[in-house]
Amino acid sequence: MAKMTGAKALIESLKREKVDVMFGISGGALLPIHDVLYDSGIRHILARHEQGAAHAADGYARASGRAGVCMATSGPGATNIVTGLANAYLDSSPVIALTGQVNTYSANSSYMIGRDAFQEADIIGITTPITKYNVQVKSAAEIPKAVRMTFHIATTGRPGPALIDIPKDTQTAKAEMDFSDNLQIRGYKPNIEPHPLQIKKAVKLLLKAERPMILAGGGVNISNASPELLQLAELLMTPVATTFMGKSCFPENHPLSIGNIGMHGTMLANKMILEADVLLAVGTRFQDRSTGTLDTFCPDATIIHVDIDAAEIGKNVDVDVPIVADAKTTLKLIHQQLVNKIKKKGDDNAWVKRVKEVKDKYLSEMDLGKGKLTSPKLLRELRKLLPENAIIATEVGQNQMWAALHFQTIKPRTFISSGGLGTMGFGFPASLGAKVARPECPVVDIAGDGSFRMTEQELGTSVTEDIPVIVVVLNNSVLGMVAQWQRLFYKSRYAAVKLGTVPDFAKLAQAYGAEGVRIGSLDEFSDAVKKALKCEVTTVIDVPINPEDDVFPMVPPGKGLKDTVVGL
Amino acid sequence: MTQKHNHIISTIVEHKPGVLYNVSNLFRCRGFNIDNISVGPAEEVGLARMTIMVRGDDRTIEQVIKQLNKLIDVIKVTRLDPEHIVTRELALIKVNAPNSKARSDIINYADIFRARVVDVSSESLMIELTGTSDKIDAFISLMKPFVVKEVARTGITALSRGAKSVKIDE
Repeated sequence: MAKMTGAKALIESLKREKVDVMFGISGGALLPIHDVLYDSGIRHILARHEQGAAHAADGYARASGRAGVCMATSGPGATNIVTGLANAYLDSSPVIALTGQVNTYSANSSYMIGRDAFQEADIIGITTPITKYNVQVKSAAEIPKAVRMTFHIATTGRPGPALIDIPKDTQTAKAEMDFSDNLQIRGYKPNIEPHPLQIKKAVKLLLKAERPMILAGGGVNISNASPELLQLAELLMTPVATTFMGKSCFPENHPLSIGNIGMHGTMLANKMILEADVLLAVGTRFQDRSTGTLDTFCPDATIIHVDIDAAEIGKNVDVDVPIVADAKTTLKLIHQQLVNKIKKKGDDNAWVKRVKEVKDKYLSEMDLGKGKLTSPKLLRELRKLLPENAIIATEVGQNQMWAALHFQTIKPRTFISSGGLGTMGFGFPASLGAKVARPECPVVDIAGDGSFRMTEQELGTSVTEDIPVIVVVLNNSVLGMVAQWQRLFYKSRYAAVKLGTVPDFAKLAQAYGAEGVRIGSLDEFSDAVKKALKCEVTTVIDVPINPEDDVFPMVPPGKGLKDTVVGL
Repeated sequence: MTQKHNHIISTIVEHKPGVLYNVSNLFRCRGFNIDNISVGPAEEVGLARMTIMVRGDDRTIEQVIKQLNKLIDVIKVTRLDPEHIVTRELALIKVNAPNSKARSDIINYADIFRARVVDVSSESLMIELTGTSDKIDAFISLMKPFVVKEVARTGITALSRGAKSVKIDE
């Protein structure tokens, strides 16, 4: 076998993992890799900040279901991706980071690991708590195996981010490379198949349930289990609630859909889930923002909990039937066993009727806000303007919660948002990643003016790399969600939230060579979106909204879902 | 809430750099308390055994075990049944012994505890003692009147009794 450099082996390995695009910024410790990348055929999208590169890789991963790859140089480059990895970790997204590192050894200079060399940071130590797996290669020959292992671990079982730290001398050293596929990881064997006995128990419970409910979490999106979920829900005529991360896994225009549960869930979902007698929770970790106080969460329900991560079972909520397995496989099996035992239920049973009744009541009472141009009204209008396959990314805060409440998602993997970490600035770069993954889908980032400012420099990436998306800035000149809490719980003492009316977002966009427009009515908004959908560059639509608008419904902090209110 | 107890967890891990960091970091991140940890090579080359003593209720211990299992370099995690294990700790204890009376008293105590004198100087004695933690505690408290200058304890290591073994399932 001919010898090759570590950098060449890395690119060869990435190709074997079917990587055709990566997001990153170069630097001293990455020069050998970028030199090979130059004419490799892999597209390298140059971000304007490494955090943007990491979020873009995350958006790519969530939209495509494949690993998203980002790259950063040693030291500050590497530490700039930390937020992106933490974000991907909490939302179980397979983001793979490649970082340059200073030399493992240097005979005649101190440019080596452990000597506090120029641009040295212990990125392995820093990212250990926020990656599923990380590894520093110690020699060029280790690179192919490290890549194979990292991709395998990041994308299987419960996915998660992973990092490979690549010292510069291992990039330039030559070695004989072994690209064989054969991988033995003694400490990693994710459980895909559910235990038959547990399936039996679940089926028995679902058969005799009078008020069954499915709670679908992010795991359903991740395992592409939407068809199986729909099939099972329709067989049992079971209402389906989603967690925030589960949004888009079940069509929200379906009669059985009751929307998100949680701190800003729908009244319907928060109310009805408490009435369930059997709860089938799939791919969710019962996070605090979803459940409210635990002692009042579904106190009367028998809970079946399906999750591929054994550590999530019993972590927050005590469950009656634990099933450690893949969501898709499990839902399919449950359906298979049920389909012979029952006839498809009609929509005339008492529980479905009750849910429909409550649904109609809340729909008729729904408050879309005072004034002609409110965020809820705008998001409902946006749904009408976009095709079903359009992908929505969001920033974090009020914009995100309004989008979750009022933008109806229909197709899986069309709602991309930072659920676990709540990372402001995630949405815009993530929307670019999503657009790269699914160029045929329109992609819209629902932003607030506070969040957008955190990663707005990626407008440069969007224009120069030809990745057109639409950014809707719900502009209230304030850090809206914090201000809402100050209004509700801190006597309107608006400490450190007022952003002022700068910049002019339309002009900012234009300065980057993108389109920018400020609108003042729903009609103008509608026109702007129609125009943006046809536009070849990114369009930023600046929407002035009332800074006093609150997101409701809301479960006040420290309360349970039963305490959901529509105003305070 | 069940009561908090000491639990001994035996793990087989990859014997390579960074694994101890990963394990101790997990305990820190998740707010678990390590009372005691001992690490050394296991029966197979390339593997190490970590014996960890944790204090917590049953729910916490279950989480500790599940979270440890998630670490890629951790191959096997077993909670040892306190009724069916042998636990041992080794201690080196340096005691002031300025005269022959003190020296002979200390040596007498050491004999009773089946401890060994491993170093003698004109001012002090060093004792090596192996046993359960209770036994070592008892011996150290007996030495107090002589003034204990230094103590080094290895922490508990443990194996379950009988032919069964904590091994990797292939």
